[in-house]
Amino acid sequence: MDIKDIIKPENLVYKKTSLMQDKALSYCPGCGHGTAHRLLMEVIDELGIREDTIGVAPVGCSVLAYDFMDIDMQGAAHGRAPAVATGIKRCWEDKYVFTYQGDGDLAAIGTAETIHACNRGENITIIFINNGIYGMTGGQMAPTTLDGMRTSTSPYGRELGSMGHPIKMTELIAQLPGVHYVARHSVHTPRAVRRTKKAMFKAFEVQKERKGLSFIEIVSNCNSGWKMTPVKSNEWMEENMFLYFEPGDIKVDGKLVEKKKIK
Amino acid sequence: MKELKLLKGNEAIAEGAIRAGADAYFGYPITPQSEVMEYLMAERPEQRTGMIVLQAESEVAAINMLYGAAGTGKKALTSSSSPGISLMQEGLSYIAGAELPCLIVNVARGGPGLGTIQPSQADYFQATKGGGHGDYRLITIAPASVQEMFDFVALGFELAFKYRNPVMILSDGLIGQMMEKVELSEQKPRATEFDQSWATTGTPANREQNVITSLDLDAGQQEVHNKKLQAKYKKIVENEVRYEEFQTEDADYLFVAYGSSSRICQKAMELARNKGHKVGLLRLISLYPFPKDIVRELSFRVKSILCVEQSAGQMIEDVRLAAGCEIQIEHFGRMGGMIPIPEEVLEALEQKLIGE
Repeated sequence: MDIKDIIKPENLVYKKTSLMQDKALSYCPGCGHGTAHRLLMEVIDELGIREDTIGVAPVGCSVLAYDFMDIDMQGAAHGRAPAVATGIKRCWEDKYVFTYQGDGDLAAIGTAETIHACNRGENITIIFINNGIYGMTGGQMAPTTLDGMRTSTSPYGRELGSMGHPIKMTELIAQLPGVHYVARHSVHTPRAVRRTKKAMFKAFEVQKERKGLSFIEIVSNCNSGWKMTPVKSNEWMEENMFLYFEPGDIKVDGKLVEKKKIK
Repeated sequence: MKELKLLKGNEAIAEGAIRAGADAYFGYPITPQSEVMEYLMAERPEQRTGMIVLQAESEVAAINMLYGAAGTGKKALTSSSSPGISLMQEGLSYIAGAELPCLIVNVARGGPGLGTIQPSQADYFQATKGGGHGDYRLITIAPASVQEMFDFVALGFELAFKYRNPVMILSDGLIGQMMEKVELSEQKPRATEFDQSWATTGTPANREQNVITSLDLDAGQQEVHNKKLQAKYKKIVENEVRYEEFQTEDADYLFVAYGSSSRICQKAMELARNKGHKVGLLRLISLYPFPKDIVRELSFRVKSILCVEQSAGQMIEDVRLAAGCEIQIEHFGRMGGMIPIPEEVLEALEQKLIGE
């Protein structure tokens, strides 16, 4: 039997996202990046805004994001994506501009660019992938590495007294008046995926209405960097990362949200 | 009728940018160039032409905003002074690597470090040899008057887009701060149609995605890219050499200088000629590409050369490389923000070259 006889259009339940390129992802099997990429491309596709969207790739695991996302993109220097996005958006004020950044990129080397783009209320969307580690360079301590967490540069566990505290960039930028929408989600369960996608729709809507900056943190696993199986890493993420980086809406319609947990 | 205006050098950069039809300016305040953004903000270019002006949180942000804006194919510029230009080197390397056309103005001041706010030409190496990491070059042009501060903005954009390469205007605090009469050119409209074939505009259905990046992890591919850059620089060297000669026809001695130093040399030349010394001046306009052929040619004709720079001697290295014979080449300069006076230059000429 030919494959065409098996896969009939009427039986289609799932297909490749059209804006994802036909390339093998460079991410480790089990990593959340692939899902986050796909969701973002689905949202752009479903909104029909590919012709008006420009993405900015960071330095980190997703440095090659433009090899997977089939849209116009610029690769930024480490941490500078919000400044690059500002330059693009100011030149194309009617187009959609987003950055896709990891925790080292956004919350360490790019702190100033992140805070000031947020503070100016740039009409851009920032997608922030937080896995608490420098994945690409081989698992070093990140600004969001949890207390006691072992990495290659904190081999005996992060010691808060000398290494500082994991930074909550998302809560920090939510305080700024230029920021209109802030949410923290994950992509490790079908339910979480649906919530994240919904948040992405919302973020682009905010951009369309020129209400200010929209910011989505995606708490993700790094099974390679954490030295766990994908399943174990997602369990560990729920048990540890979510306690400190609590999922849910943080700022909606320009107003900080009272704490309410997602069950 | 000619439109004349008395302007500071920094203001001429700003007015030049508006009139050249620039789309965007990103900057951060630093002495002695802050008047560029001050003038732009006061002029409301968003109303005059629709040009955008944005004060960034740092020079690092400003150069990366420029990277983003230049990636859209639009005409964008930034300006700063030496310490700020140092901060921009990372971004400049990325811009050069990604082959983005844009303009960077350095109104240089004395260094190293925080140095001083007084004029200096000690950024020559940085401006002409790349500046950041990797094998790349900026096209570097050096204005010597407020008029040229104005004119070189349009010229800079023209060169930037001709080669898809960043262009630097290397000026200094003297030219940035002094006031001169400027003949203003007519307002050029901002381009509504421009080459978007390589730029980030959003991907329409009829073309593949455009990606602006300097990254290629494959060393072989990166070498191919480097070779392409070098081929471009070769073309720039062949076609974009600019200089001016003053009284070199009968000269026994030659001043070589650029920017504000060349203005000082013009006066020193006059003083020297009044005393009977046959002195000429070669004023460099393009610093990269370096006008090496004319230096070589003149080195066969004159007895000796005095390089006058407001530095410990940086341009002199290129003059020595270009000179074709065993000719005496001396340096005279002041450093750290000190400006030489014509009499000092004359004295250096007499002592070092003429032997009086």
